[in-house]
Amino acid sequence: MSDATTRYAITLVVNGVVREAEVPARRLLSDCLRHDLGLTGTHVGCEHGVCGACTVLLDGEPVRSCLTFAVTVDGHEITTVEGLARDGEPSPVQRAFTECHGLQCGFCTPGFLCTATAFLRENPTPTDEEVLEAVSGNLCRCTGYQNIVKAVHRAAEIQAELPTEPQPGLLQAENGSGDSGERGNTA
Amino acid sequence: MTTKLFGEPVRRREDARLVTGQGRYLDDLGPGALAAAFVRSPHAHARIRDIDVSAALDVDGLVAIYTWEDLPGALAEPLPLLIPHPALTHGRTAYPLAKDVVRHVGEPIVMVVAEDRYIAEDACALIDVEYEFLKPVVGVEEAVQGVHLVHEDVPGNVGAHMVQEVPSRDGRSAAEAIAAAPHTLEFRLDIERSACMPLEGKGVYARWDADDQSLRVYSSTQTSTSVRMAVAAKLGLPLPKVEVIAPDVGGGFGVKIVHPWPEEILIPWAARLLDREIKWTEDRREHFVSSAHERAQVQHVRVGFDDEGRVLGLDVTILHDNGAYTPYGIIVPIITSTQLLGPYKIGAYRVEFSSIYTNTVQVTPYRGAGRPQGVFCMERTMDRVAAYLGRDRTEVRAANFIGPDEFPYDQGLIFQDGRPLIYDSGNYPESLRMLKELIGWDSFPEMKARAAADGRRIGIGVGCYVEGTGVGPYEGGHVQVTSDGRVHVSTGLTSQGQGHETVFAQIAATELGVPIEKVSVVTGDTRRFGYAVGTFASRAAVMSGNAIALACRKVREKALRIAADALEADPRDLEITDGIVHVAGTPSASIPLATVAVLSNPLRYAFDEETKRATQFSGASSMDRPPVDEGEEPGLEGRDYYSPIRSTFASGMHAAIVETDPETAEITILRYAVVHDCGKLINPMIVEGQIHGGVAQGVGGALYEKMVYDEYGQLLNASFMDFLMPYATEVPRIETAHLETPSPLNPLGIKGAGEAGVIPVSAVIASAVEDAEAIPIDRMPISPSDLHTLRLRLAR
Amino acid sequence: MKPPPFDYHAPVSVDEALEALAEAGPHGKVLAGGQSLIPLLNMRLVAPSQLVDINRVGELDTLTADAGGVRVGALARHATVERSAEAAAVQPLLRQALALVAHPVIRNRGTVVGSLVHADPSAEMPAALALLGGSVRLARLGGEREVAAADFFIGPMESAIEPGELAVSAFFPALPPRSGTAFREVARRHGDYAVAGMAALVTLDEDLRIVSARVACVSVGPGPVVVDVSDACGRRPAASVPWDAVTAAVRDRIDPDEDIHATAEYRRHLTGVLAERALKDAARNAVTEAAHE
Repeated sequence: MSDATTRYAITLVVNGVVREAEVPARRLLSDCLRHDLGLTGTHVGCEHGVCGACTVLLDGEPVRSCLTFAVTVDGHEITTVEGLARDGEPSPVQRAFTECHGLQCGFCTPGFLCTATAFLRENPTPTDEEVLEAVSGNLCRCTGYQNIVKAVHRAAEIQAELPTEPQPGLLQAENGSGDSGERGNTA
Repeated sequence: MTTKLFGEPVRRREDARLVTGQGRYLDDLGPGALAAAFVRSPHAHARIRDIDVSAALDVDGLVAIYTWEDLPGALAEPLPLLIPHPALTHGRTAYPLAKDVVRHVGEPIVMVVAEDRYIAEDACALIDVEYEFLKPVVGVEEAVQGVHLVHEDVPGNVGAHMVQEVPSRDGRSAAEAIAAAPHTLEFRLDIERSACMPLEGKGVYARWDADDQSLRVYSSTQTSTSVRMAVAAKLGLPLPKVEVIAPDVGGGFGVKIVHPWPEEILIPWAARLLDREIKWTEDRREHFVSSAHERAQVQHVRVGFDDEGRVLGLDVTILHDNGAYTPYGIIVPIITSTQLLGPYKIGAYRVEFSSIYTNTVQVTPYRGAGRPQGVFCMERTMDRVAAYLGRDRTEVRAANFIGPDEFPYDQGLIFQDGRPLIYDSGNYPESLRMLKELIGWDSFPEMKARAAADGRRIGIGVGCYVEGTGVGPYEGGHVQVTSDGRVHVSTGLTSQGQGHETVFAQIAATELGVPIEKVSVVTGDTRRFGYAVGTFASRAAVMSGNAIALACRKVREKALRIAADALEADPRDLEITDGIVHVAGTPSASIPLATVAVLSNPLRYAFDEETKRATQFSGASSMDRPPVDEGEEPGLEGRDYYSPIRSTFASGMHAAIVETDPETAEITILRYAVVHDCGKLINPMIVEGQIHGGVAQGVGGALYEKMVYDEYGQLLNASFMDFLMPYATEVPRIETAHLETPSPLNPLGIKGAGEAGVIPVSAVIASAVEDAEAIPIDRMPISPSDLHTLRLRLAR
Repeated sequence: MKPPPFDYHAPVSVDEALEALAEAGPHGKVLAGGQSLIPLLNMRLVAPSQLVDINRVGELDTLTADAGGVRVGALARHATVERSAEAAAVQPLLRQALALVAHPVIRNRGTVVGSLVHADPSAEMPAALALLGGSVRLARLGGEREVAAADFFIGPMESAIEPGELAVSAFFPALPPRSGTAFREVARRHGDYAVAGMAALVTLDEDLRIVSARVACVSVGPGPVVVDVSDACGRRPAASVPWDAVTAAVRDRIDPDEDIHATAEYRRHLTGVLAERALKDAARNAVTEAAHE
C-alpha cells in the first residue's frame, strides 16, 4: 500500500480553518500541528502520553496529540489552545487561569486549558472531586495544582454568567467543515 | 508615590500570551532549522573502541555526523569546571562528546544533524559504537570503597573532602561537647535521588549570520550571559559577535543553571560550520539520562543534648553522591552542611562531607540545592531528641531557636558564596506560634485519639528551615523612559515562570510613579543587558529587583531635575503620579514624563510633533551650558547594580497531618500548613504560587520520586510512567500564612522565595509518618511498600 | 523520541485489514487507540515494519449489550464503553474497571479490545475479561475464532493472537442474577498501573448466602490470576465469611514479582487486603441487585 517514505496529503480542520499538510505516516499529530502547521501553542512534554501537555481536542474530545498519528485523523476537527479564544476575547477557561494564577512557566498550560474546556462543556457545574479527576492526567511542575483546580471552578462560574454560545470544537459540526475555503497562515 | 503596586497581588502580564499559545519556547523557534540528535551511551562505564557511522550515511535527509575527533580547539577540551573550590581536589568534567571513556548512561558520543528529528534519530540508530566494558560504580557507599574507579586518576572516587567546625562559646569542639553532654544519640539517614524535571527539557537553537560574522543562540537556560561567554570562548569568537537569548522557558528548577551543556556549544559550532540554522530539543528520555539529578546523600549523625533538648554538640558526616562529573563544583554539599543548622543555635558543630563519583548522571542543584537534605538531617535530629526526652517536638525546637533579638546571628561557617554565614533577620518563635495555630498543633492529640477510636492512624509532623537567598555576586538593571512615555526595563537574569515581568514591572511602576501598563520588562536577553549571573538560589527578586529599583531611582532623580528646570521648581517639591511630574499639592504645575524624556535628549532632528521641543531652535536649552551638561548623558535612562555584602536569610516552618492505611500502608496527606517569611512581599499572589509549587515538588520527593539505578548503572525508571511526579490528585491543599521580617541588607527589604516551599517537606512528612506509625523513619522518600516493610521489620 | 519508519496501511473494511495483516505476517501490527503502542514506538522499543491502522474501519466501532452480555467492537473507545448505560446495566464490572484505566483523556482514545490484546498483567480490562469468563473474537483472512479469556492471556504482554489475525471484538458475559461485582486497586498515583488490583464477582442464593465468589488479581502474575474462593467463603452471608481463610486462599495462588514500586511481599499482602475489600464490595452490590429482582 505504501512504504516508509510515502508522504500523505492530509486535511485537518484546525480551529475552524481547513489546513492541509503532506506528512509521512509516522508524523505525530503534535509535530504536525507544531512544525507542519506552525501552531506551536501545543507543547510536547514527554512524548509517551503521561504529561498531558500536548492535549488537544479531536472532534471536541481531549486526546494526547503525541499518541496520535496525524494521518490517522485526516479529515477530522482539531482544536488547539490557539483556537480557544472567541473573537479575540479569551475564553472563560483562559480568563480563569489568569485570574487564579493557574500557571507559572506556562508550558503545561495549553494541555490543561484544552482538557478543562472539554470537561466544563460536559459538566458545567462540577464538584471538587470531579475537577480533580478531570485534570488528574496532566502534569504541572510549577503550580502545585491548587490554583489550577481553583481556576477550573472559576471558569465554571464565568461560563455560567455568559450567554450561551457555541463552544470550540463543536462549531464546525453545524457549519460544515470542508467547504469554508478559508486557509490559515501557512507557516 | 501614589502608583503603589509593590505588595499588591497584581495579575501576571506573562499570562496573556501563555494562555493563548502565543508564548515562544525554544522548540517554537526556527521552524526551518535542521534538527540535531545524539548517540548516547547505553552503558554506565565503558571505553569506546570504535565508532562506525557508515550505515548511517545513506539515510536520506542526513546532513552531518560529528564525533569528538571532529571538534577543534577548545571544543575538544573538557567542559569548564564552573565553581572551583580548594576542597574540590579532584574536579572532573565531561567532554562535549565523549573522547574515549563514557561514565554514565546517556553521555553523548555522536552528534547527528539532519533535516528533521525523525531522520536524525533514524541515523543515530544506525551508528555502531564498539565498547569495552568497564566495571560500573553505583551507590555512594560502594564507590567510597574505591575498588573500582569512575575516573582512573581519582583515588577512592573522592572528588572533594571538606570539614567545617564551629566550637562552642566556651571553646569546646563538637566531639568534646557531645562527650560531655547529658544525653547522646547516634544514627544514620538516607535521602535518595530526584531531579528538577521541568516540563520543558533543555534546548538550543543557533543561527550564524555569515554576512555579519555573528552568532545568535537561543537556549532554554537559567543564565544567558554565562552561556554567551562560554560559547564565545569555546568557539573563539569575539564576545560582541555572540548574543544569547533565553526565550520563554518551561521551568528550570536548577538544571538549566548548569552551562554550557554540551549541546549549548556543539549546536552553535555546527550552525556556524554548516552555515545553517540548527536546533536541538531535548526529549524526555534524554532529559532523564543526560541532564542532572540531585539529593542523594548518606548522613551519619552524632548529637549531644541536655534535659531541655538543647543541642550541645552536633557532628554530621555526609557522603554526597555527585554522579560522574562535577561541573557545578561542590555547591550542593556545601549548602547541605551549612544550611543544616536552620533556625537553631547549636553548641558546637562539626560537619564533614565527601563528594563521591559514581557512574550515574551528574548531580547539580535542584530547587532547594542541598537544603532539603540538611533540613531532613536537622529536623530528624530534633524529633529524635524530643522522642528520647519524651518532650513535645515543637518545644525542643523552640528551646534551640535563635532569639528575635539575636540578629545579625553569625553561625561561624563559610556559606556557598564564600562569605560568612550570618543571618540578617528573622523571628522564629513567632513563626512557630503561627504554624501551631494554623495546623492546630495543640489540639492534635485529641484528633488523633478520635481517629484511633475509628481504627484510623493519623500523625502530625513539623519542620523548620532557614534559607540563604539572594546570593551575589551581583545583578544589574537598566531602565529607559522613551519619548512616548513608555518605560523599558531590562535585567540580565532569566525567567522560568516566576513572573519576573510582573514583579519587576511592579517595582519600576512603584519607583517611577508610572502606570504599570507603560512598563515593559525584558529578561535574559544579552542584546539588552550583558552583565548578569543568572537565576538560581532564590535570588532574582532580591538581586534584580533591587538593581532595578536602584536604576529607577537614578532615572527618577534625573527626571525630577529636568522637570524642575522646565517647571522652574525645586526638584524636592516634585512628585510623579501616573506618569506626570508635578509640584506636590499643585497638580496644574506639571509635565508628563514623556516630555521629560524628550527634553532629556537634545535633538538636532525632530521626528514627531512632541520631539520638536528638544530641537536646537526651540529655546529649551540654556545658552549658558552645553546642551548635554557636564556629568550628564542624553536620554532619560539609568543603569545600576545591586551587589550585596552577604546573602539574606528567609525562613519558614511547615506542618502536616498524614493518614496511613493500617492495611495497605498507603500514605495520605490530610492537611499541609506553611508559615513563610521572605521579608517584604512584592506580589503575594506570586509568592504563594511559588510556595505551592515548591511544596508539590517536596511532596514528590517525600512520597513518590526517586531515580532508581541498578547495579549496572542503568536508570530503571527513565520515564514519566515510572518516575512518579505527583498529579493534582497527589498534592494536598496548602494552607499558608506569611510573616514579614524585612531584610536590613537591601533597599526593598526583601528575601528570596523561589525555593522555600520544597525545602522542609521530606522532613515534615517523615515526622508525621513517624508520629502516625511509631516507627522511626530514617530514609526518604517512603512508599507504601517501604512502609509495609518497616512494619514487618518492627513486628519481627 | 520519534517513531521509526513503517509502511502504513489504512483499510476501510475488516476484509481489507485482514488482507493487509495476512500480507504483513509477523511484521504487522494493528493500530487502534494507540495509547500503549505509540509510546513504545516513540521510544523505539518496538519497530513493526507494517502498521495497519484500523481507525477507518467503521464496522469495528460497535458496542452491543443484550441479556447475554456486552460485545465490544475493536474500535470502541474506553470512554464510550464507560459511558454506556446499557453496557453498565448488563455488566457493571465494565464501568467499575474502566474508571481505573489511566486517565480520562487516555480513555477517550484507548480501546477496550486493544487493551486486551496488549495483555499487560497490570491492566484492568484483562482481569475483568478473565474474571467474567469472557472471550475475544479473532478474525483472519478466511475465518475467525472465539478464544476464551482463560486461553487468551498467555503471558506478560502476550496474547493468543497470531500473525495475520485481528481482534475484532470482545465479549463480556452478563451479570448473573443476585450477583455483584467490584474493582479495587492500589496504584502509586491516581491513574497509574496498579501495584496490585482486584476484580471480584459474587453470586448469592435466595437467602443472600454466597454461592459463588471469584476474584481476578492484577499485577501479581504473568497475566490476570483468577481464583475461585467459593469454598473458602462457604455458603454463608458475607458478614460471616472467614476472611482470613479467603485472603490466604488468594495469596496462595499468586506469584508476584518485585519491581521498583513494590516488593513481592507487599504485593502479596496487598492482594489479600484488596481481595477482602473487593469481595465485600461485590457482595454488598449483589445484595442490592437481589433486592431489585
